[in-house]
Amino acid sequence: MTVVRVPPVLRSEAGGAREVVAEGATVREVMEDLRRTLPALGERVYEAGELRPFVNVYVDGEDVRTRSGLDTPVSTTSTVILLPAMAGGR
Amino acid sequence: MVASSLLDLIGGTPLVELGRLSPPGRTLYAKLEGQNPTGSIKDRVALAMVEAADLEPGQELLEPTSGNTGISLALVAKLKGYKLTCVMPANATPERRAILELYGATIVDSPAEQGSNGAVALAQEIAARDDRFVMLFQYANEANPRAHYEGTGAEIVSELPHMDALVAGLGTGGTLMGAGARVRDAYPNALVVAAEPLPGDPVMGLRSLEDGYVPPILDVSALDRKLLVSNAEAAAAARVLLDREGLFAGVSSGAVVHVARRIAEELPDGAVVVAILADGGWKYLSAEFWSGEEIDEAVLWW
Repeated sequence: MTVVRVPPVLRSEAGGAREVVAEGATVREVMEDLRRTLPALGERVYEAGELRPFVNVYVDGEDVRTRSGLDTPVSTTSTVILLPAMAGGR
Repeated sequence: MVASSLLDLIGGTPLVELGRLSPPGRTLYAKLEGQNPTGSIKDRVALAMVEAADLEPGQELLEPTSGNTGISLALVAKLKGYKLTCVMPANATPERRAILELYGATIVDSPAEQGSNGAVALAQEIAARDDRFVMLFQYANEANPRAHYEGTGAEIVSELPHMDALVAGLGTGGTLMGAGARVRDAYPNALVVAAEPLPGDPVMGLRSLEDGYVPPILDVSALDRKLLVSNAEAAAAARVLLDREGLFAGVSSGAVVHVARRIAEELPDGAVVVAILADGGWKYLSAEFWSGEEIDEAVLWW
């Protein structure tokens, strides 16, 4: 099982949890698992086989979009972080 | 050197080797953007955006900003004889208001609880109902990455015969897109790497995912790597930068150095990595981490 950290803006879809666990060897499998176990959360971040545009997914601190996307490998010791896309640079 | 205007001193910042922070066999360089006239990299962006806007008589500048961009715009506006209005959340720190007011900018408050999204929305409203105002909007203004293509990036490649990676902070995306493209023109195999801050807790004004935002000038596919940096990691690296190299840099620069060291370690022997340090540490003195106390990351970002 892999730990998935849930940002404040998505916690109501995760029953208030800051962290949930999911199974899978890739980001795609983790997302599919979330859709099964926590459909409200899963659907908010992943739909029709794609990550939603305003969601960033990180595996061990690195954005999967600059790795192998949904094929990025995930291990049981990995931490997956979900975050809303945010601009900085005030 | 004698310049005829402070605006002529924007850019042309030095590179310094970080010999004490470079992993063995690798060379880290820092580009010191804190040496721009108002103390940040945003001087380049402000000058480029104002010149591109080419205001007509009677027009005024408008920007939602509570940070470095506002200060840079205030300097450029003053020296070019334009009026500037900055829209910022009502709870922005007194220091940020004070410096803009000293430079002569007008401040308009947006609702505190709506955060920076609220400032953007209010600025757009003002610009829409009064055509006197020209909103520059650094997140969507092509002059922003262009300033870094023609300036920041060009300066780096002209100084270094070889480089393997460029690391910069991810804010609007302007630095990474512009300087990154210029570095790739010269060194096609160089990596362009983003150091991304973890958002503060709770992200102000962000009530739903639909409030999220990807700046139009940012193309994530043009980045080779994009790494999250926690407040604790950024703070620790900023402190090491000061302790070991005597370099007093801002929080985002800590994040950039943290990532630059990691990338340098991953690259083979002989690798050259350039870290762009956006500003100095002066504006962050009230931030607790300079005191050296342990930072509870969970409090800061969860």
